[in-house]
Amino acid sequence: MSKKLELPSASRAYIKKELERYETKESALIPALFEAQKVFGFITPEVVDLLAVEMDIPPSRVNEVAQFYTMFNKKPVGKHHIQVCTNISCAMVGARETANYICKKLGVKLDEVSKDSRFTVSQVECLGSCGTAPMAQINDDYYENLDQQKIDKLLESLK
Amino acid sequence: MEVKLLSEHYDKKEFRHLEGYQKLGGYSALKKALKMKPEEIVAEVKNSGLRGRGGAGFPTGMKWGFLPQNGEPRFLLCNADEGEPGTFKDRLMMERAPHQLIEGMIIAAFGIKSQKSYIYIRGEYYQPYKIVEKAIEEAYKAGLLGKNILGSGFDHEMDVYRGAGAYIVGEETALISSLEGKKGQPKLKPPFPAVKGYLEKPTIVNNVETLAAVPWIINNGAQGYKKYGTEKSPGTKLFSVSGNVNKPGVYEVPLAYSFKDLLENECGGMKPGFKLKALIPGGSSCPVLNYDEAMKATMDYECMSQMGSMLGSGGVIVIDDKQCMVDLLNVLMHFYHHESCGQCTPCREGTGWMEKLSSSIGAGRAQLSDITLLDKVARQMMGTTICALSDAAALPVISFVSKFRDEFEFHIHEKKCKVKGHCHAQSHH
Repeated sequence: MSKKLELPSASRAYIKKELERYETKESALIPALFEAQKVFGFITPEVVDLLAVEMDIPPSRVNEVAQFYTMFNKKPVGKHHIQVCTNISCAMVGARETANYICKKLGVKLDEVSKDSRFTVSQVECLGSCGTAPMAQINDDYYENLDQQKIDKLLESLK
Repeated sequence: MEVKLLSEHYDKKEFRHLEGYQKLGGYSALKKALKMKPEEIVAEVKNSGLRGRGGAGFPTGMKWGFLPQNGEPRFLLCNADEGEPGTFKDRLMMERAPHQLIEGMIIAAFGIKSQKSYIYIRGEYYQPYKIVEKAIEEAYKAGLLGKNILGSGFDHEMDVYRGAGAYIVGEETALISSLEGKKGQPKLKPPFPAVKGYLEKPTIVNNVETLAAVPWIINNGAQGYKKYGTEKSPGTKLFSVSGNVNKPGVYEVPLAYSFKDLLENECGGMKPGFKLKALIPGGSSCPVLNYDEAMKATMDYECMSQMGSMLGSGGVIVIDDKQCMVDLLNVLMHFYHHESCGQCTPCREGTGWMEKLSSSIGAGRAQLSDITLLDKVARQMMGTTICALSDAAALPVISFVSKFRDEFEFHIHEKKCKVKGHCHAQSHH
């Protein structure tokens, strides 16, 4: 049997505060899911159950929110999640080539986790960085106007 | 030439914080507004002709006027879920001038008598979220939010909420669902949010740029605002320009500014080696214009409507001669299929069909009748769903196919791309 999941006390305190922050406690679901993802890396059925108990909200409600939004990972991702926008404006300036280049450099296919668990490369939809393309969002931060030289340096700094 | 009513100080670092913002004239409109009657504020905005800058272009003052006058509590929501491909002006506004938005919101809230507002920011905009969160904190400390704002007797609480990745949440009823902690699925209108919105209470949802324009209008008056633009498209607008131009970016110009000038003057023309081929004038959901139309276009609601397109969110996507229209349409259809919320059959199934058809055509696995089928699927999606996403996906298809049919036919007949560029459509499997 796998170990029972537990939220660290700081996360529990954060969720408790969020539960009281809005007019309805369900509004705390998105913040709580972000917090749980920070702790566990991705949202599994076990994480959903844990939050359901913690927040006293039915698991089905927690799950539907987790499933609906793309930022909640449903499977493991690397420590650095490199998300390259390949929507229209980015595609026109070579973002799909950028994504391929990053994959090749790291020796991974799209959406897979690198063997050392450090990287996942994904193609994503518009991130509102169309004038500074090609670009990638790595975890919470944007990296813009990418070219091969910049990417080489960036990947080196993330190693 | 740019006319920077809102963006004059965007390049100044101090403008991003309360002290610098106030030094440069910030919050003077709020002080003026708090001495006015709420009805006068609504009237001023109505008279200015300001139209919603999120995409629909609905007159803001009129929207505010739909609130029932029955003393019920009402909410103000700022839609900062900017996700329309090609649009990045709200991000810039929040990063460079968070207090301009907050000031606009407090004035709007005072006008519509709302005690509580939220700024709903898309989850990917983490840095803008942190910036806005900090600015709200500054405003509270300075007595600009909370109880008895600047001694006026007006109370208003403001908070910021972070989304988690869903294009559809930019639709106002979906945004409300999301803020309530539900799946971000749109609801049938009527009832409109102004009557039954957040927590079933009267709610006004306005875009970032719309609310950020309010302080200028209060300071300079509706007549001052109407000096710019046209009768039906008054004021200035921030356009996000992307593509292979020399200087992509956000530019504030009066409405009815010509696209040719925007491209040549503000954006420095096309990058060397690239020629203009087509234009999507207002974000990916707007019908594409060909070269001749683009060169005649002025950036306002009337001209775009005459040309069969839309001004939308002002996401100016400049398409160059190295781009394959089949490839780009396929990129867009992948997006709309991914983002369809799945409630309505025409949209859920139609976006899937359009992605598959555009992909097959690109890969040379289609026949001529598939172009007709693609167009037919698109037309059947129009006006048959709860929200506008279905139409937003269908409009690019209809316009791409009708204006660039030769490129679609070439892919089918020759099983390769007509354009010497980097078409990915031919390699689809």
